[in-house]
Amino acid sequence: MPPTDTTPDAPSPKKEAAAAVLPRGGAPGIRFEKVVKRFGSNVVLRELDFSVAPGERVTLIGPSGSGKTTILRLLMTLEKLDDGLIWVGDDTLWHMEKGGKRVPANQRHLHEMRKRIGMVFQQFNLFPNMNVLRNLTEGPVRVLGLSRDEAVERARGLLDMVGLADKIDAHPSQLSGGQQQRVAIARALAMEPRVLLLDEVTSALDPELVVGVQDLLRDIARESDLTMLCVTHEMGFAKDISDRVLMFDQGQIVEEGPPDRIFGEPSEQRTRDFLQAVLAS
Amino acid sequence: MSDVLDSYQLLLKGAWVTVQLTLYGSALALVLALVFGLVGTSRLRAVRALNRVYVEFFRGTATLVLMYWFFYSLPLIGLRFTPMFAAVLALGLNVGAYGAEVVRGSVNAVPRAQYEATVALNFTPLQRMRRVLLPQAVALMLPPFGNLLIELMKGSAVVSLITISDLMFRAKQIQASTGETLWTYVAILVIYFVIAQVLQLAVRLAERRVDRMLGRAPSREASLSTIAAGAPGAEVR
Ligand SMILES: Nc1ncnc2c1ncn2[C@@H]1O[C@H](COP(=O)(O)OP(=O)(O)OP(=O)(O)O)[C@@H](O)[C@H]1O
Ligand SMILES: [Mg+2]
Repeated sequence: MPPTDTTPDAPSPKKEAAAAVLPRGGAPGIRFEKVVKRFGSNVVLRELDFSVAPGERVTLIGPSGSGKTTILRLLMTLEKLDDGLIWVGDDTLWHMEKGGKRVPANQRHLHEMRKRIGMVFQQFNLFPNMNVLRNLTEGPVRVLGLSRDEAVERARGLLDMVGLADKIDAHPSQLSGGQQQRVAIARALAMEPRVLLLDEVTSALDPELVVGVQDLLRDIARESDLTMLCVTHEMGFAKDISDRVLMFDQGQIVEEGPPDRIFGEPSEQRTRDFLQAVLAS
Repeated sequence: MSDVLDSYQLLLKGAWVTVQLTLYGSALALVLALVFGLVGTSRLRAVRALNRVYVEFFRGTATLVLMYWFFYSLPLIGLRFTPMFAAVLALGLNVGAYGAEVVRGSVNAVPRAQYEATVALNFTPLQRMRRVLLPQAVALMLPPFGNLLIELMKGSAVVSLITISDLMFRAKQIQASTGETLWTYVAILVIYFVIAQVLQLAVRLAERRVDRMLGRAPSREASLSTIAAGAPGAEVR
């Protein structure tokens, strides 16, 4: 049984802490070029084109099944694309150069590319066989080759930032959903990604825990220069953190623009219908 | 009855042989189960085929037949094993096949989201398995492993057919010399039972450790499975 919070979720993290631990510089842009993704006969993305500038914060909205999660999963290399190219910075994610030709990426290429990208999941996906500290240090030690001391120091800084310094020895199962998600955010940042993918990171949380996680992400957005791609149904949150909103339907971009315009005066009927449905729910 | 008790040294000797068979056999079974079980989770069809061949072959052959084969047939082509080695090999190969299925099933039962988190953290395939998937799968493996361990111990009662003086063999010996059929077999019934309880206890302790690693109170399911296996750990909490 998940523990229930008796105390209100911890307050917004310390901004100085955020500024101190968040990496800066070198955030790459992202570009989808005629990307096709199918599941069997279901064509989820049909020749999708869009790009995200270095350091830009983009929110994806759209009805269920429109392919938002698929876009993030393609970027995290959790799904393979069927056609087209995905660029992260100056390199293609799923292809590499070999003898002047473009060939499908091998494991080593994917490993190199994944160094730039981090993802936070809807269901947190912390490792239940490790305590909070190990969840945060395992990647930096094993994958990035940090010494244990360096990794622990980094973990402490990040836990401080997410307001959970006192939970360092706790077990994921002893944390509330909101706390688990904040640990998961810290775990992703511990790998020093330059692109952060967020897939409905508050939608599995009890309503009273949502604000704490959103405040944290607001601070991260403000204090870092990460390129961020975010799927959310929380319009207020999307307005706060994003430079641009993309409205998807059926694997295509229906409309895009700054959040104020998309949420305030959308020009497409499908966007209006979608926003109405979200507000009604 | 007192005749049987007078022969306790013989019984203890036999019990010790049975314990050795169980320990060596299960050590071999564990290694085989891990190797072929993990092979069975590979993405490559050819590698997975290795798992199928091993599992189907050794699950489908009686331990006793294997023992005869190692002990009586292989010498014909110049391969000579000690009886103990032949017995351990046969027990380990047979139980290892069941264990491989347990390992494969347990690893595949770890939620896919855990695998995805390891990809997002850029773990190598080996690190994914070693650091995340396998430790979590162990929690699922332990209860069935406990049952297999006891199966192996009980299955060893046929080794006297390849000249090993295990507990069962000693019982027949004592029965023949004292004529005490009833009490002899009561005695070894009790000894087999006690050995099984000790094995079950060891598995319970391992389960506790894994529960602690996963940060959860010892689970109800675990105690249910031990009841099913006939163990005493059925304490109600
Ligand atoms: N592993 C899969 N196998 C088969 N079909 C899939 C798979 N993953 C996604 N799909 C399909 O792809 C389409 C897009 O799914 P996706 O999860 O990207 O949508 P979404 O926009 O994130 O929706 P939601 O708002 O409900 O999360 C859906 O039709 C879905 O059924
Ligand atoms: Mg989705």
